[in-house]
Parts: sequence; C-alpha cells; structure tokens
Amino acid sequence: MSVSRFWRKIPQRYNLIGTQCTTCGRYFFPPRSLCPDCRRSGKIVDHKFNGEGTVVTYTVVRSASDQFENTTPYVLAVIALDEGPRLTSQIACLPEEAKIGMRVHSVFRRIAADGESGVIHYGTKFVPTE
Amino acid sequence: MVGIYSYGVYIPRYRIKVPEIARVWGANADDITRGLGVFEKSVPDLDEDTATIAVEAVRAALRRRTVDPRAIGAVYVGSESHPYAVKPTACTVGEAIGATPNMTAADYEFACKAGTAGIQTCMGMVKSKMIPFGIAIGADVAQGAPGDALEYTAAAGGAAFVIGEGETIADINHTCSYTTDTPDFWRREGQNYPRHGGRFTGDPGYFKHVQGAARLMLDAVGTSPKDYDYAVFHQPNAKFPQRVAKMLGFTTEQIEPGLVVPRLGNTYSGASMIGLAATLDVAKPGDRIFVTSFGSGAGSDAFDITVTDAIESEGFNRSAAPSVAKLLANPTYLDYALYAKHKGKIVMQK
Amino acid sequence: MRDVAVIGVGCTEFGEHWGTSFRDLFVKAGALALEDAGVTGENLDALYVGNMSAGRFVEQEHIGALIADYAGLATNHVPSTRVEAACASGGLAFRQAVIAVASGMEDIVVAAGVEKMTDVGTGASVDMLASAADREWEGFAGATFPGLYAMIATDYMHRYPLTREQLAQVAVKNHENGARNPIAQFQNRITIDTVLNSSLVADPLRLFDCSPITDGAAAVVVVPLERAREFTDSPVRVLASAQASDTIALHDRRDISTLDASVAAGKRAFSQAGLTHKDIDMVEVHDCFTIAEICAIEDLGFCKKGEAGRLTEEGVTALGGKIPVNTSGGLKACGHPVGATGIKQIYEIVNQLRGDAGARQVDAEIGMAHNVGGTGATVVVHILGV
Repeated sequence: MSVSRFWRKIPQRYNLIGTQCTTCGRYFFPPRSLCPDCRRSGKIVDHKFNGEGTVVTYTVVRSASDQFENTTPYVLAVIALDEGPRLTSQIACLPEEAKIGMRVHSVFRRIAADGESGVIHYGTKFVPTE
Repeated sequence: MVGIYSYGVYIPRYRIKVPEIARVWGANADDITRGLGVFEKSVPDLDEDTATIAVEAVRAALRRRTVDPRAIGAVYVGSESHPYAVKPTACTVGEAIGATPNMTAADYEFACKAGTAGIQTCMGMVKSKMIPFGIAIGADVAQGAPGDALEYTAAAGGAAFVIGEGETIADINHTCSYTTDTPDFWRREGQNYPRHGGRFTGDPGYFKHVQGAARLMLDAVGTSPKDYDYAVFHQPNAKFPQRVAKMLGFTTEQIEPGLVVPRLGNTYSGASMIGLAATLDVAKPGDRIFVTSFGSGAGSDAFDITVTDAIESEGFNRSAAPSVAKLLANPTYLDYALYAKHKGKIVMQK
Repeated sequence: MRDVAVIGVGCTEFGEHWGTSFRDLFVKAGALALEDAGVTGENLDALYVGNMSAGRFVEQEHIGALIADYAGLATNHVPSTRVEAACASGGLAFRQAVIAVASGMEDIVVAAGVEKMTDVGTGASVDMLASAADREWEGFAGATFPGLYAMIATDYMHRYPLTREQLAQVAVKNHENGARNPIAQFQNRITIDTVLNSSLVADPLRLFDCSPITDGAAAVVVVPLERAREFTDSPVRVLASAQASDTIALHDRRDISTLDASVAAGKRAFSQAGLTHKDIDMVEVHDCFTIAEICAIEDLGFCKKGEAGRLTEEGVTALGGKIPVNTSGGLKACGHPVGATGIKQIYEIVNQLRGDAGARQVDAEIGMAHNVGGTGATVVVHILGV
C-alpha cells in the first residue's frame, strides 16, 4: 500500500473514525462520503466508534498473501460494531478461541509493513472481551 | 502539586518459561531460576511492537480517567526498541489517542530509564505551565542475544503515566537523578542485540547509580526508608532490587507489590514504571512510594511520591483497566521455536 | 432491439501452460471460435475481451488494443474493448457483445476472455485475486479470497443444515464432469475423502474446495439472430442477458450467505426470457469455491435456501440428475482462468445445446450461465436456448 494511501486513512484505521449520515442517521464504518440511501441529499459527518462489537462470521486463514504469510494461521472475521456497521478485521486470539456471537473489542496492532525498510502499517484488530 | 493524573499498563498475553530457554542452550534451569529469581518472561504477539504496546498502555490510562485530548501537550516514548530508528513512536501514539496536532513529541533512549526521563520532562513542562498534561511512556520489546544471560529476562511490556497538576492521584513531591558515562550495557547502531560488561553491570552500574540517586533523594527530602510505605527499584532480575533495597534500608515487604520481574521479566524501559503501576494498583490515599529507576549508560531517576485521596475518588476508575496482577495472570505459553519466531530471531528470506 | 445468436465457440485447454504466453492463449481461442463460426477476421465488427488483471500478472494494460493487434485485426482497425469485472469479466464481455449486436450497432462480434495467471508466484496470485474484494478495508486487514468465501461458509453452516460431506460432494461431482471434458485442467476423479483430507486453506475450506490458478482463453462469435443461418445450421439464441451489482465488501452485504446480486440478475434474466427455473435444463454456475455453488443454486431460485447441499448429495445436480450443474466441471475441475471463465460457460452451454458435449452430454434445450465477480459484487446471468 502506498505511503499516501495508508496515511490518508490513519485516523480511520487507528481510531475507528467512520462517518454518519445525519439526514437518515445511518452509521458507516468503513467510512463513506456518500450515504447509499440519501446520496446527494445526505449530510455526512465524522463519527468515532466505541470499538465494541460481536463476531458475525469468521475463518482461520492458513494460506495468505506474501505480506501475511508468516503470520498464519490467523483469525479473520466480520464484526458487527454495536453502533451497527460491520467491518472485516483479524481477531488476535487463538483459532480455537473464535466463536460466532463472541463479544470483541478493538486493540491497536501492527497490521503489516512495506518490507524491512518501508513504512509500518498500524491499525485496529479485535480481541475477545472477557 | 505536579504528579500522576492517571496511569496504564500493557503486557502481552504470551510467555516463555526460563526452563524452556535453558533447555535450548543446555543450561541448568534451576541454577538460572535461582540465580535470577525469574521464572518466565512476556513475549509479544506477532503483530505487537513497542508502538502498539505504548498505545495500549496510554489507552488504559485514559480509560481510567478522561483527559481532553486537546489538553495533552506532550508525548514522550522511552524505549530501546523503537520500531523506527527515525520516525518517532510518540507521533503514532499521539495520533492513536487523538492528541495531534497541537502537541510536542519526541522519542527518548536511555536504556531502561528512558520512560522515567520522560516523566521528568513532563513534570517540568507541566510545572512551568507550558502544558496542562504530558504523557510519558516506557515500553519495550526487549532483545537479548540468543544464548546470552539477557535472553532469560528480556521481556515485552509498557506503562504510561499522564502527568498533570492539581487533582493528581499521586503527587510527585521531588525528583532527582544521578548520571555518569558508564559503559555497563550498550547496543551499537545497526546491531541486533545489546552487549554488556558481565559482572561490571553490577556495582559500577546498577548499584552505584541506584544508590547514588536514592541517597540524593533521601538527603534532599530529609527522609529515611521507614518513612515510605512502598519502594520500587529497577528490576533486571529479582536479585538486584532485593539487594539494593537491603543496602539502602528498605524491607522486603516494601518492595513486594512493585517487584513484578519474577513473572514478567525485564521490560527494559517499562520495568520500573510497571513496578510503580503495580504499586499504585494496591496503594491507598496517604501511601508514600519511593521509586528509583536505572538505565545503563548510565543513570538513575528517583521519585518521592505521595498517593492522594483522588485515587479513590469518582473521577478516577482504577478498575477500568486491568491491574498488573490481572495482566500477569492466565498467560499463554510458547516453546522456544515460536518464541524465536515472535521475537524476529529467525533469519528470513529478505 | 434485435435477437442475438451465438454461431461459433472456441476454447483452449485450461491448465498451467508454461510455454504459452498471454497473447498466444487469446489467438488460439479466437482462431478456434472463428473456425467454428465459419467467419474470417475481415468480417468482424468488434471485439470484447474479458480480462481481470493482465496488468498485475503480465504487466500489460491496454488489452483491447493488444488483442486486436495479435488477432491480426489492427490493420482493419477493429474496435476492441477490454471489459473488467473481476471474475465476471468474461460474462460481462459476452453481455457487452450481446448489447452491441442487439442494439443494432454492430453485426458480427467476438466476445472473448483470457487470463494468464502462472507467470507470477502463488503469493502474488493470492494478493492479486484479493483485489476483486475491497482492498482498503478487506485486503488491508489480511482478508484473502478463500478467507472471504470461508466466512460465507462458516455463516451458512451455522444457519443451514449443510454438512461438510455435502459441501465436498460439490467438488466430487465437478471432478466427475471434468474427467469427461477434454479441455478441463483436472481430469481426475476424486472422492469425498480426497476433499476432507486435503489441507485447510481457510477454515472450513480445504484445498479441494477451491478452484485452481489457471491459464486459458475462450471466445465466441455472436450475430443478429436474423443473420445466423448465413453461418450455421445450429445457432444458439441468447434468450436473456442480465447483470447486477452489490456492495464490494462482504461485510456490507444484507445477508452474508446470499449473493443478492445473483438473486437480482437471475430474476432479471428469467423475466427477460419469460421463463422460470423449471425451464432450465442445465446451468453453469460460478463455483470459485464449493460453497459458492451451493449459494448459486439457491440464489438463482432452483431450490430454497438451505436445500442445495441435500440436492447435491442426492445427485439432483449431477450429470444424470434433474438439473445438471457445471457439466463442464465448473471452475473447480475445469479450471478458472479468471477472465476466460464466463466465456467458457457460454462455450459449454452452446456445445451442450448443439449435442457436441461428448461424454458429458445432457439432454438440454435451454441453458443458463452464472458468472460472479469478487464475493458477489458483480453477477452476470445469461440464458441460451435452441
């Protein structure tokens, strides 16, 4: 991922800052600059999500792209944030700990790096909530 | 009075036991455990580093007590394992807590006392009214060369202290330091692992500087060890802090809550700060805490701290983040091979 | 709007073709199609070629022009367009060709698909295929293509009575069909145990639940129905051409286990043709993973949600069953050169409808093709009949 493309979404990736359409009330994470329901008549503002959510579905990735190959097996999940939107993220837990319906919360982790000399991509993952 | 407004700690969930490391190098596990007083040490997950540990520690501090991010005027991260040699960990931390852009930041290095140096800087900036709040973090993914004595204790973890004035949970009555140019333990630029002077790290290193700063402090404040409820010393192993406590006149009971190294290992820049955090986890209003850190190179920072009523007030929620004891409980153990993979000790195809 | 017919089809062998380049693949398929159609290059009015990612696989863009050039058509300045919709590129190229002819804009048009995937390592392939999904918010998090479909499988198996064995049977059936298909990448028969003993790729999907990485190309020729008999005694009519989109990311879907774009495109196609699923004699669906075939059968309306596993187990979708699915061997056994698959599906249906399907012949007068891009962000459905 290029330097500027990673940088552009740092507040979103680090702090779960998405958006909300104040016209219809719908929340978006990942963020959208256009509400699919209201489109041009929707007023969009930033919204910081709490980071609490529930696992909708998951898998254990055992064969990954080059960038993630040495971190397998890892749990990949679709997580529904309490505010409504769903996102895709890794869960930092052992594969056997993952369950549909599990409560999770966000943590700050190193997602990937652009090789040994490139920029480190930090972002949000989730861990099981006790 | 300037002091601690909130604090937070992060320790990864993984551990490796000292006997498992001894097994690989053909050493006697019992001798090592007995000699160091350390049973196991923390290991970072594959996606954790000093920056992620630092962020989690600060976020824990901010869960205990709300601080307006706009009022955070400075962030200093002390570490021996900053992810970048050039590009401050403090900037990433500042961004991850929403304190940017109106703040100053920098990374510190002073071996195991880089974090406490950050506390001193924040104290000065807050006391002089340059900033309302400053955050000092000591965090490390400590490295010890394979087969070296340091490998048994080099651990991962960090602590963050929010420094402010008025309404503090613990006042820092006084701080002083003792610093010399002493090559007891070092790492040259570009080298993977630190080197050390063996037994030279003891008396000319740790003991001289810890005692130097401690005695300066006791003189300056006009106290003696019995005036304190607790004492926290830098803990590269369990023996050094136990010995220096005795040399200074502190008791085993005083240092007990702050002695985290047996089950944590040495988190380098996080070490004394996590020890202080563990003490604050159990401290009550009025308790007085004596802290002396040590960083090779060499130097020690001493602090005289009095816990205030605010630690039990509604404004501060100690249980909003896990205590050090909680973070040390129920770890997941790794064998040496996975440990080596987690610590980046395996030579990969570049 | 005119009716459109397919008058010729061609397809290369699908597999790992170390000695064959991207250009060679296309030329081969194109030549076979023109030969079959009885049409020469000079007759062609336009080319539409489906290709997902020549840029990443062979560092080549501007595919439309490249294909026209190497097909020998540059001197005639034939209009040539590259169409991209991830794994639905081929189906979409066919749709563009059908629209061009139906609109009256063009008369004799080639729709083709080509992908050369083996010039890069597997790790790079996996990363490239992930760009069919949401790079910023799925790929960045470590999502792989099998990982996304595995999450569909986990959700599906949590909610519906699909067993691991029924899911494996999809691959077994498709290999049985592939064994009868001379162009298929895999011509070996397998058992449920083969699938269940293969290594996990992304739980619960195993190696044999996943379609392979393949080189290949296919091409078909379409003309207005009113002119078809100039070229062939057995034209195949295009009864419907439909397309639908949905959210690019799986996490934004209304229902993880339903590809709403398949439902929408299927309904549009049936409506256009004035038919229902009962009229369909055979269907080529997009089985990039076994779970994808299960969902496709249901999403296109052939049975209720949760029943496709049982149907597969009972042999309803086998070669001799009531509604044969993927007689070509599907993506699993025939192979999946991404941009070519949608065109290969047309090639298979045309062969079946003409009675040219050899050892995998079924009795069919109406066939359906279902081609999906990504995890369901694009779906293209065609119905063909004689």
